[in-house]
Amino acid sequence: MTGPTITGFLLGSLSWGALPFVRAWREPNISEIIGAGAGSIVVIGAVVTIALITWLQAWEYLWTQWFTSLDHKKIGIMYIVIALVMLSRALIEAVLIRSQQAAAINGPGFVEPGHFAQLFSTHGSIMIFFMAMPFLTGMVNYVVPLQIGARDMAFPYLNSVGLWLTAGGSGLMMASLVVGEFSTGGWSGYPPYTELNFSGGPGPDYWIWAITLASIGSTTAGINIACTIYKFRAPGMTFLRMPLFCWTAVCTAILMIFAMPPLTVATALLAADRYLGTHFFTDDLGGNMMNYVNLFWLFGHPEVYIVVLPSFGVYSEVVSAFSSKELYGYKSLVIATMAIGVLSFTVWLHHFFTMGQSADINAVFGIATMAIAIPTGVKIYDWIFTMFRGEVRFTPPMVLSLAFMVTFVLGGFTGVILATPPLNYMVHNTLFVVAHFHNMLIPGTLYGLLAGYMYWFPKAFGFRLNERLGWISAGCWITGFYLAFFPLYVLGASGMARRTHEVFDPAFRPWLYVALFGAFVLFTALVTLFVQLFVSIRDRHANMVAVGDPWDARGLEWSVAAPPPEWNFAVIPQVESRDAFYWRKRNREAYKPVDHYQDIELPKPSACGVIVGLSAAACGFGLVWRIWWLVALFGAVVVATVIIRSFLRDVTRTIPAAEVEAFDRRWLAQAHYAKPVSRQREMSRRNEGLAEWTA
Amino acid sequence: MSTPRRRRTETLPYVIGYGLSLLLTSIAFGLVWQHVLSGHTALFAVLGLGLAQILVHFRCFLHIDLRRNSLPDLQLLLFSSMIIALMVSGTLVVLINLHSRMMGP
Repeated sequence: MTGPTITGFLLGSLSWGALPFVRAWREPNISEIIGAGAGSIVVIGAVVTIALITWLQAWEYLWTQWFTSLDHKKIGIMYIVIALVMLSRALIEAVLIRSQQAAAINGPGFVEPGHFAQLFSTHGSIMIFFMAMPFLTGMVNYVVPLQIGARDMAFPYLNSVGLWLTAGGSGLMMASLVVGEFSTGGWSGYPPYTELNFSGGPGPDYWIWAITLASIGSTTAGINIACTIYKFRAPGMTFLRMPLFCWTAVCTAILMIFAMPPLTVATALLAADRYLGTHFFTDDLGGNMMNYVNLFWLFGHPEVYIVVLPSFGVYSEVVSAFSSKELYGYKSLVIATMAIGVLSFTVWLHHFFTMGQSADINAVFGIATMAIAIPTGVKIYDWIFTMFRGEVRFTPPMVLSLAFMVTFVLGGFTGVILATPPLNYMVHNTLFVVAHFHNMLIPGTLYGLLAGYMYWFPKAFGFRLNERLGWISAGCWITGFYLAFFPLYVLGASGMARRTHEVFDPAFRPWLYVALFGAFVLFTALVTLFVQLFVSIRDRHANMVAVGDPWDARGLEWSVAAPPPEWNFAVIPQVESRDAFYWRKRNREAYKPVDHYQDIELPKPSACGVIVGLSAAACGFGLVWRIWWLVALFGAVVVATVIIRSFLRDVTRTIPAAEVEAFDRRWLAQAHYAKPVSRQREMSRRNEGLAEWTA
Repeated sequence: MSTPRRRRTETLPYVIGYGLSLLLTSIAFGLVWQHVLSGHTALFAVLGLGLAQILVHFRCFLHIDLRRNSLPDLQLLLFSSMIIALMVSGTLVVLINLHSRMMGP
């Protein structure tokens, strides 16, 4: 074999030019330097993280206690860590996008068109698949078993596999910054543009395989969540006694199960076009790209509700807890949730009103779209009536919830405008659409997930987050949103196309500047969020809430220590009513020792999930660069690991009753000596996690 | 305690299901491979065999039947069928409409 063929075999289509550093060296312009800078942030970040872990000698701890853990709580936290890392990257990209547009009025700006297209493609793909999805999956993972009185998810090992597939997908997204380039086809990756003819490079392949890993991970998560809620509820926890977050979680899980497969099929067929020379979506030889659009949005619309519903669940919990009132209209909220779940499968066509189908079909889907406003409106009224005459406390989660209610309704109005096909034709593909969906997803998803993060953080780690920084962060998220996106409504209605690289109308200038300023405010919000985390960890000893109920809340998750023991409940609770823990407290039955402690069986840690997820990512990397030995090797590792794991029989370990009893008694003693805190003082250092209550 | 007899009765449905699935799959492949049927007949024959196999999976692997205690499972199935019917019928309506408008005479 000669030289080139050996490197060709070993490295596939990889070459020096794939590295952004080399590109920046060859062509030192600002665009390439930004690319190289982003790549070096990834490399330096990875090196520093690895060095830090090594220096702290934390590898063993991380490996045994976290990476290989099958504990639903740890898996949930790791999901959220991934989400926060990816949120940071995608938000910085958003700032760059806005900077470019503000700088490119009658000029080329500073980012090249191809680089700009990568920026909006990665921003969208990350925010949906690697921010919103891991964040909500992590939150559901953490909270749902605790809320329904279970010890773990139905399939702990599958849970770990899903996590590591998501992590592998995120790794591929990060790798695209350092090796090669990402897709320029937007987050929806429409062919024929993403076919080989028009996008020959590795970009769309990165997109395909990162998304595929994430969507397989989400499918498994959906199956797991649905099974857990169907089969693992504590005795007496009937469906209509579940906290509303569980209802939204089960609805989301069902949507995941049905909505992810069309996406996987669409990306797989696109991959077949690119790798095997098929013609599913090409514009010649019988291909039909409209099939792709239809499949993608069969996934895409339910996906909107996948990311929105868990936040609705969070708002239901937060509004009820911080108003000290029972959730108003519980049953109507349940019915509204399920109605949204079903309706979300009947409206996907509104994403392509302009594709050419008849006006009658557009009208049907337009009306179905408007119908979704009804159950959503029911929910808004229910939350408002929950607060009515309640003892409302403006904690950061509550502030985010209130901002959500106002902002989401405004976004809903523009949604009704867009649901009218003739109007939709007018603003099709403009920034109006961008403004609308950010107006739904930022309050509808991000605020909810952040509210949930701040609400359940004391449960997960045993200390409260700093409220002052929480308010600053929430304030920045809220004002930043309005500043960044309301100008886009004006720009969109004036005809500025989305994803525009250069702007030729100087009248757009002030609006673009305001939007850019808003983007900076949003970035400040993100920084404040991390500062809040840092400050809270530093001051943790003063803010301990070890007894576990800092907000006088209602669900079973608050009835255990904070952080909860690995086994969650010393004995599986018996549930008699909705808001089980609240009534137990009122009937003076909470914090009572158990008569008889028993051994508890828990899943053993397993490295299989890590191996499957990371090997799948390596396999994906091989596919992107056509390094076939890598594909074969790691593909085989994935299959072999799955098969070998299925033969293992010794997969559980037993926590002796004595250990459970010791932990439980220590916690009960803490609860006994703690001073109950009133609602007026819950944000002070007196809050030890024991609520003062009057019967 | 799993006595050999009990293990047998527990394993039996899986074996039957495996056998039936294998049979139905090979018939479907055989029909096309050996050119026994062609055109629309082949399409609908394969479709029918696929549906039969779905039922076999439900019965033998997922243990879903019409008895009262498996009613929640049946409800889930009906719900799934509704969602799939929505997705498939919607897709057909949209794409047939597009076809007639764009590929027409």
